[in-house]
Amino acid sequence: MEPPAPFPLIHTRDLAKVYRLGDNVIKALDGVSVDIARGEMTAVMGPSGSGKSTFMNLIGCLDLPSSGEYRLDGRDVAALTRDELATMRNRGIGFVFQNFNLLARTAAVENVELPLVYAGVPARERHTRAMEMLAKVGLGDRADHHPAQLSGGQQQRVAIARALVTQPLLILADEPTGALDSRTSLEIMALLQELNRGGMTVVLVTHEPEVARFAGRILRFRDGRVVQDESNHRPEDAAAILAAERKAA
Amino acid sequence: MTLFGLLRVAMRALAVSKLRSALTMLGIIIGVAAVIVMIAVGAGAQARVEEQIRSLGSNLLLILSGATTSGGVRMGFGSGQTLSEDDAAAISREIPETLAAPALRGTAQVIWGNQNWSTVIFGITPEYVEVRQWELAAGHMFDPTDIAGATKVCLIGQTVARQLFGGVDPVGQVIRVRRVPFTVIGVLEGKGQSMMGSDQDDLILMPITTARNRVLGASARAKQRSVGTIWVKVQEGHDMKAAEEQVRALLRQRHRLQPGADDDFSLRNLEEVAATQEASSRVLALLLAAVASVSLVVGGIGIMNIMLVSVTERTREIGLRMAVGARTRDILGQFLVEAVTLSLIGGLVGVLIGVGTAMGIAELAGWRIVLAPESVMLAVAFAFAIGVFFGFYPARKAARLNPVEALRFE
Ligand SMILES: Nc1ncnc2c1ncn2[C@@H]1O[C@H](COP(=O)(O)OP(=O)(O)OP(=O)(O)O)[C@@H](O)[C@H]1O
Ligand SMILES: [Mg+2]
Repeated sequence: MEPPAPFPLIHTRDLAKVYRLGDNVIKALDGVSVDIARGEMTAVMGPSGSGKSTFMNLIGCLDLPSSGEYRLDGRDVAALTRDELATMRNRGIGFVFQNFNLLARTAAVENVELPLVYAGVPARERHTRAMEMLAKVGLGDRADHHPAQLSGGQQQRVAIARALVTQPLLILADEPTGALDSRTSLEIMALLQELNRGGMTVVLVTHEPEVARFAGRILRFRDGRVVQDESNHRPEDAAAILAAERKAA
Repeated sequence: MTLFGLLRVAMRALAVSKLRSALTMLGIIIGVAAVIVMIAVGAGAQARVEEQIRSLGSNLLLILSGATTSGGVRMGFGSGQTLSEDDAAAISREIPETLAAPALRGTAQVIWGNQNWSTVIFGITPEYVEVRQWELAAGHMFDPTDIAGATKVCLIGQTVARQLFGGVDPVGQVIRVRRVPFTVIGVLEGKGQSMMGSDQDDLILMPITTARNRVLGASARAKQRSVGTIWVKVQEGHDMKAAEEQVRALLRQRHRLQPGADDDFSLRNLEEVAATQEASSRVLALLLAAVASVSLVVGGIGIMNIMLVSVTERTREIGLRMAVGARTRDILGQFLVEAVTLSLIGGLVGVLIGVGTAMGIAELAGWRIVLAPESVMLAVAFAFAIGVFFGFYPARKAARLNPVEALRFE
């Protein structure tokens, strides 16, 4: 039976991840029950070691929980095989990493094409779609540049284009601005907000309140649990702040 | 991912550290080149042995006078002239499927004009050339009347013809053998080297009577009609072993040997000797190829080593590829293709170097080589298999990485 039509995109119940190191049992995630609807922009916050990345890895289908339930778009992820998880990541999820994770010595456009390669899209179509995405993140003129020839902010834009190219259900960003200065961070947040306004679900991890203020919802983690789930009905507009700063300068 | 796509990714990855890739290939290059050279040289040696066996004549027994052993002491062949022309005649007569040819052997200085050459003299009957399956390149064979009359005619081998006459036609010329003038009536076809490495074309054939009476001198004359060797040809389709025993029995009876006494001659089946030679040359060729393929395996281990290093170095890349949707077979394929690309490029370069070296050896050392396309294909296929075999473990290791840990790898 398919679940009823309006079900959340992300649905977790008592999600737990336990690591065993010898006699030590580390509960990286200790019973997390969260629903995230389509179109939400959620910031995940909390002290170091509180389980944010573990949570992101689980909802990103990179790892399987020790116990608990996780449904992505209604599908029970715990029941998937390794290769089915890979396909799920390929079709459903776009990842943005703190350290960009672009392939070295590889042109920006080819980096963006990579998920499409594994989706089996023909080369010509791959190229067209990758170029469109680069244009969308404002790097249409840098398609042939290698990562080493791009600034940090530009590299993160390439990574975002790569995350978008398969038209996924959601974008997961683990500290996407962690390696960027405040000005560039603002630019990246403006881009993510723009995508979110277009209907994209975004979950991002951040330590910085200046970044979290752009999200409509903030989940706070501590010791592997969600200790606070607060809605921000009037998130700030990164693009507007950016424009104001430009004017002031 | 398509094979072409994988190939592009592999070439790019290998191009990143060109020196390392080249050094890794070196093992395969050396291995493949060695296999090709060894097979070429081995096959060349084998071809030569086969040729020598053909040159010997088939279905031959060789009887040498004198015992191989006497009272436990090895005497060496030809110690004591115990065989005679009559023995040969008796063999031909009593054992119908055989043809026996006696031969008397000696050495002599031969002179033509101001040329001289030291060679081997064989005193023979006309049966000899038939038994040894020796064709004439020019002229004709002497006949029984020459034997009866001990005429001074001779046939010369190719080497003698070349040494004495150079380009001149020897037939009809008169040469001096130990000062005795002989008319050359024929030239033998070349047979090349024997299995023992001696030149089979360095000889003169003459009637056995002439050799005994006029050339080889008094010592031979002392024992009338005695000969050093008898060649026996057994007709096609008859059992060599049976013929050998019949000949042995006949000679023992003619020499009045008591049962239990040693033979006073030695009897050898040349086919067996040749077969042994051939077998050992084949074993040698196989051994050479086996030794060479060991270096291929060592090359394969080198590839495995580098691929393991490469997997470790690129752990994060693997994690990223997995995050964006690479399945187990995509990663497995990527690293397998990379390993096979290394081994195949190495293999092809190895083929070029191997073929070049083999031809160089043939040119410089004068060795016979046989370059078979199959051996080249075999070497390349072997290199391919090595790439798959030794590339599989690192590739599987990569494909089994945990994506989370791979992405976090420093
Ligand atoms: N593979 C692992 N083996 C053992 N323990 C692990 C493993 N991965 C994570 N942990 C532990 O799980 C807990 C949560 O880690 P996690 O990476 O989710 O924290 P985080 O909130 O992302 O921290 P940070 O803000 O520093 O990135 C930590 O105590 C960590 O040590
Ligand atoms: Mg983290």
